Amino acid sequence: MSDAALPAAGARPRGLAWLAAAALFALFLAWGQDLAPWAFALPRGWQVPFADWIGGFVRWLLDDASLGLFTFAEFTRFLSALLGAPYALVRAVLVEGWPAAGIPPLPWTAVVALAGLLGHRAGGWPLALLAAASFLFIALFGRWESAMLTLASIVIAVPLGIAGGLGLGILAHRRPWLARALTPVLDLMQTIPVFAYLVPVLILFGFGPVSAIVATLIYAMPPMIRITLLALARVPGEIVDLGRMVGCTRAQMTWRVMVPAAKDALMLGANQVIMLSLNMVIIASMIGAGGLGFDVLQALRRLDFGAGLEAGLAIVALAVAMDRVSQAWAGLRPEAPRAAPWPARHPYLVAALAILAAAVVAAQLWPWAQSYPQAWRLSTGDFWSRVMREINVTYFDRLEAIKTTLLVNVMLPVKRLLLGLPWAGVAALLAFAGWRLGGWRLAALAGALTVLIALTGLWEQAMTTVYLCGVSVAFAMLIGVPVGILAAGRDWLWPPVRAVIDTLQTLPSFVYLMPAVMLFRVGDFTAMLAVVAYAVVPAIRYTVLGLRGVDPRLIEAGRAMGCTRGQILRRIRLRLALPEILLGLNQTIMFALSMLVITALVGTRDLGQEVYIALTKANAGAGLVAGLCVAFIAIIADRLIQAAAARARARLGLAEEGAHGA
Amino acid sequence: MKVTARTHLCLGAAAVALGLALPAAAEDSADPIRLTLHDWTGQLITTTLMGEVLKAAGNNVEYVQADYLAQFAGLETGDLHVAMEIWETTGREAMDAALATGKVVNLGPTGMEAIEEWWYPAYMAERCPGLPDWEALKDPACAEAFSTPETAPKGRYLGGPVTWGGFDDERVEALGLPFEVIHAGTDAALFAELESAIQRQAPILLWVYAPHWAPAKYEGEWIRFPPYTPECYSDPAWGINPDMAYDCGKPTGPIWKVAWAGLEEKWPRAAAAVKAFTISNADMGAMITRVDLEGATVEQVVADWMAANEATWKGWIGQ
Repeated sequence: MSDAALPAAGARPRGLAWLAAAALFALFLAWGQDLAPWAFALPRGWQVPFADWIGGFVRWLLDDASLGLFTFAEFTRFLSALLGAPYALVRAVLVEGWPAAGIPPLPWTAVVALAGLLGHRAGGWPLALLAAASFLFIALFGRWESAMLTLASIVIAVPLGIAGGLGLGILAHRRPWLARALTPVLDLMQTIPVFAYLVPVLILFGFGPVSAIVATLIYAMPPMIRITLLALARVPGEIVDLGRMVGCTRAQMTWRVMVPAAKDALMLGANQVIMLSLNMVIIASMIGAGGLGFDVLQALRRLDFGAGLEAGLAIVALAVAMDRVSQAWAGLRPEAPRAAPWPARHPYLVAALAILAAAVVAAQLWPWAQSYPQAWRLSTGDFWSRVMREINVTYFDRLEAIKTTLLVNVMLPVKRLLLGLPWAGVAALLAFAGWRLGGWRLAALAGALTVLIALTGLWEQAMTTVYLCGVSVAFAMLIGVPVGILAAGRDWLWPPVRAVIDTLQTLPSFVYLMPAVMLFRVGDFTAMLAVVAYAVVPAIRYTVLGLRGVDPRLIEAGRAMGCTRGQILRRIRLRLALPEILLGLNQTIMFALSMLVITALVGTRDLGQEVYIALTKANAGAGLVAGLCVAFIAIIADRLIQAAAARARARLGLAEEGAHGA
Repeated sequence: MKVTARTHLCLGAAAVALGLALPAAAEDSADPIRLTLHDWTGQLITTTLMGEVLKAAGNNVEYVQADYLAQFAGLETGDLHVAMEIWETTGREAMDAALATGKVVNLGPTGMEAIEEWWYPAYMAERCPGLPDWEALKDPACAEAFSTPETAPKGRYLGGPVTWGGFDDERVEALGLPFEVIHAGTDAALFAELESAIQRQAPILLWVYAPHWAPAKYEGEWIRFPPYTPECYSDPAWGINPDMAYDCGKPTGPIWKVAWAGLEEKWPRAAAAVKAFTISNADMGAMITRVDLEGATVEQVVADWMAANEATWKGWIGQ
């Protein structure tokens, strides 16, 4: 608390300690090689065969593990059948119909109109137009069947992810031990690259869409659990007390008091589940889910950039429609029940039934109303390929010059520096940072995880990962924070910026990765471009969030004291938004790490590549070990930044603890 | 004409008679047979062709989109049943691992022969006159012609994804080539670079395989290395470099058909049809070109082939 009270006095010794640690590290780097060679290159005998252990465990789980009456594998197969039944139903409704009974799938006209109706219910005519237009766009570009296939697995995965996340979050809120146990599991679920657990999931749940749904759930559920926990903890005490006073049972307390009170935050969780599920579309298509992801992969394999972009934008359209409608739905006020005849009380249900009936009748009369006719399809054809050709032929030399400059002056020196660092020194330095920022426990965590990475024998790949992600995060912040500052201050600018970052988050990076390969060849630079394009999203989002959250009275006060605009920005707005910007940095790092899987596809030699190689060899152990190394890097970065953000909050008197203490 | 028709009729009658004579045990299950689809055109054609032929034989067929290597997990558990293209050159390791479990069987070659080798576009012949002989690559001027700012003065060779193997790093060292091997992460990245270089008539030397649309679309040549023998890969003493293995070109190899071990029991007739399936490199190359370069759909191309080669595919299903 002395820090909060006397920031100036606390700053000096801290600065000195940092300086001393850095100097010590530099000395070790310069002369340590001869003194302690083991600290630079791990002796072979020290390497721990984690991969074999994990591989052995997975094999045991599959072949021998028994839960009494049935084996573990039988249990997962049963779960798989349980998930498969509703999926098959949705798929029949949307895609295949029941050919044996002569029943066709839902006509496209019905789906477009129903989407519009849902939009209208949630947000009136503008949203109705948006939802219908999104689906119409998909039909127009001839992606209907693929999109419905994707929609079928999303329709199963998203509600399960939201309900599961909410349920686990509520349970963990009631039992603090569960919350403590869940935190590291959530960290791992979010940071281990999907490819790493794909092999075990495939073996346990069988090859096909159900496995894809399971993998999607593992990837998309953690934010929902986290946000539920956070939101329930933040429900004001007065509301909880009120609930107690009126004599709520525990169930009533949860569902009638806590959840409604936390609704806004919970919807943010739902939004993340939708976005992340659609993020998985490409990977899901690799294990039998088919749909739009498969279209993207196949188009790019032919280098048909136009078709790849069209399929990719269809994914974006699905994401935007689902996100906007669900957000608006959350904002609806519940209507008081009215005394009226049934149809008048349920106008939307009646309208939906009418649309269905009309669409089915129309589909019987005219074939075009059943499935979207081939002749009406639009396509950009080879337009994008020609654009690429034009850019390639005209600008390649100039782009090459920029790339070479950046590579030689920024990226390669960083890479050489990082790869030359001794693992023992890095572990010590990180432990020191942990100690300064958060005390002994953080120091032990940061140090121990670093040593674990070294012991797996993947140190070099891990440092390559740190280099690639580090450089990318630096660029993402350099671009994202200024854009965020611009967008936060100008209301007209935010909607277009938001549209762009939503697109970047959901458009499969494969779509822009292959054109990037054409212009920049395979290698680190292209990988960095892809990572920056994806990781810039949270950098912008959190900067805007932080700046908009600044108390307007403080800005007013600054203005009254005669601050210039620049001063207000630097001294007031950015300082107060610092905790959010740090969280943005944290998320930027997480996003960058999650792109490793993609960078492996353009030939980087980092942990992502190790995971990918393990996947292709179906080596569950090696994949999980490399995946865990990625997770450790993420956890170290996350904890250090969280600790730094907490200190920043405390110094600014923003955090509750800080406020109470002062 | 008449004779053939009558022969077919007779054969058909014989088949019916056989069908009546044999007990029901030899009949195929009505469950769908799942064939895997990957993301390259040739494989889509092969699989669709097999699937349509099986449908014509009365089987129930389902196509499942799956990753080339991830699919083995599904084949082993019986979630997937038939994979039509496992390349000797890129899939051998995964296939051997799957065969070793006893849950997957090899149903023989498809008749197509995979070629994989270093490849360069025709316009590079002027800038490095000794090509396609591999010795030309040893000339520093020639290596420089293939270089980029990052690799100069060494030449740049774009290899396949690390997962494809191929021993190119070893080959460069064993043959003493002044080249740097850069690995593309995926097939798509490999051909994106090729397309880009050809548009600019820029130098490129890379891993190309056939059957594929690229060697059909672009003019170019394979490098002629000392021909592959098994000893070259296993015995360092063999070949030009007495101390190192891999001092030769890459092997060519068949493309295999692979299936779940339970296929023969559950669908004996379909299994026989898959075994009988063969197609030539030339036929396949022509079909790939029609799809990738002329914009025809896979279904259309397959239907045309089936119309033109009815006797062939009817032979596979014993009609």
